[in-house]
Amino acid sequence: MSNATLKELSAQLAAGACSSVELTQEFINKINGLNKDLGCYITVDGERSLKQAQAADAQRAAGRGSLLTGVPIAHKDIFCTRDWLTTCGSRMLANFVAPYDAHVVERCNTAGMVTLGKTNMDEFAMGSSNETSYFGPVRNPWQRDAVPGGSSGGSAVAVAARLAPAATGTDTGGSIRQPAALTGICGLKPTYGLVSRYGMIAFASSLDQAGPMARSAEDLGLLLNVMAGHDARDSTSLERPAEDYLRDLARPMAGLRIGLPKEFFASGLTPDVQRAVEAAITEYKKLGATVVDISLPNMGLSVPVYYVLAPAEASSNLSRFDGVRYGHRAAEYTDLLDMYKRTRAEGFGAEVKRRILIGTYVLSHGYYDAYYIRAQKLRRLIAQDFRDAFEKCDVIMGPTTPTTAFKLGEKSADPVQMYLSDIYTIAVNLAGLPGMSMPCGFDSGGLPVGLQIIGNYFDEARMLNVAHQYQLATDWHQRRPPGIS
Amino acid sequence: MIPYTAFFFNGFFTLIMALTLDDVRRVAHLARIAVDDAEAGAALTQMTRVFGLIEQMQAVDVGDIEPMAHAQDMVLRLRQDAVTEGDQRALFQAVAPAVEGGLYLVPKVIE
Repeated sequence: MSNATLKELSAQLAAGACSSVELTQEFINKINGLNKDLGCYITVDGERSLKQAQAADAQRAAGRGSLLTGVPIAHKDIFCTRDWLTTCGSRMLANFVAPYDAHVVERCNTAGMVTLGKTNMDEFAMGSSNETSYFGPVRNPWQRDAVPGGSSGGSAVAVAARLAPAATGTDTGGSIRQPAALTGICGLKPTYGLVSRYGMIAFASSLDQAGPMARSAEDLGLLLNVMAGHDARDSTSLERPAEDYLRDLARPMAGLRIGLPKEFFASGLTPDVQRAVEAAITEYKKLGATVVDISLPNMGLSVPVYYVLAPAEASSNLSRFDGVRYGHRAAEYTDLLDMYKRTRAEGFGAEVKRRILIGTYVLSHGYYDAYYIRAQKLRRLIAQDFRDAFEKCDVIMGPTTPTTAFKLGEKSADPVQMYLSDIYTIAVNLAGLPGMSMPCGFDSGGLPVGLQIIGNYFDEARMLNVAHQYQLATDWHQRRPPGIS
Repeated sequence: MIPYTAFFFNGFFTLIMALTLDDVRRVAHLARIAVDDAEAGAALTQMTRVFGLIEQMQAVDVGDIEPMAHAQDMVLRLRQDAVTEGDQRALFQAVAPAVEGGLYLVPKVIE
């Protein structure tokens, strides 16, 4: 049962073939077996999950069940949850219990889903390898000495290792798509503003977006249907008519124009990844799509622009962590200023501190125009490139990452090397466009390769259609890591 | 006097601001993060690397373009000036490090 998709589980529960309690217990048993090695969950509470499962079974028995009632889900530890710790992968919030549920969590609870636990992540969502968590690194189930990617590494591994059928993640510079690619699962970052950020601990407010992570495009759509929608409590949440993101799954690929940016196939892309992505494009041509060569000329600026904007916004967002109202407070201090400084020095890890310092610098007097405002201008140029490209094509494709999963510790010495692994994903956040990754093959060492699909604003239904058609013709998304049952 | 250093990056001649330990200590103070000398040194090395990356932005001609803060150039939504939230102080203060009489306790600021 733990290998079933959300769609299959929904059908089994509706048919009475299994109960939510049985299903939840199976996942709990597996988590107890594997989490020690993989580190993908920070908090698990079998008793609490089973209580939710019992309530879900009662709902179904009373005829009040809906599509996902009783289906288990894991939540990235960045979402506030009333009944569970919310640590954000940090010492700063190691003992924090939120007084409210995030909007995304509320929606999943209302849909009757059962929380399996809170997943591990790079501290405050800052990272591309899930090595910066205060609670230890997450390991890639495909190769235990390799990273799973980040920052939603825990969610990705929970899904890949069959320790959850689906999970929530967040993506600021690639943090859903990149770990999805490195662990061989599917992940979607919706158009900015589609999913409410209320209760999602903020990293970079103009870039952060929550999204689903699962093992098929159809499952992504099922979960997106639950997660998306206007929320007045998030001032950036868009008011749009409700959509069924699964409505176009069956559309054939004939006539689809796929844009391939030449900048996505330049130096830095490893040959195995290029091969797998090109094979996927060939598959799409077989399905009737046509390929259009396009260019995103300012794409090379996306990493520098991001590493001005995201740290700047982070330095502002993380200023709330001062030991006064919640979270860690230093045990010893001489005065208020000292309390702030020691609390923050102790509570934050090295990468978080580094980004706060960079952000503070670029926002400070004398540098704000040269760095922050300049980056915002370049941001518009980058978004304009995509607008121009979408005149010529319906979706854009390319590799999600330049390499497959690298080894733990391999990139931790040089932050710039780590930052460059987000080279294909970052521009999508800067433009606010929807982007997803799905598996399209393996490298010669057996590590997964991800294909990125970038859609125009609000084109998630088409992206899922495009992914689904590929998944009907191929089975990369059904492969299991070695030793995972 | 702002110190400039000539810096070769990927074969291109780039002028960058030379970050100093004083810069690191200044921003650490602004960010209210305690940084000792060893950490300041390490931070300086790392930040210099990152600023080398960021400097690639400076060569581009941005012209008259407007800065972009939001993909749809959305403006802040307004609402009625009416109370919608109730008093939840007790709930929120349940997780506080130190409270008394409904107030958060911090070291004395005023002598």
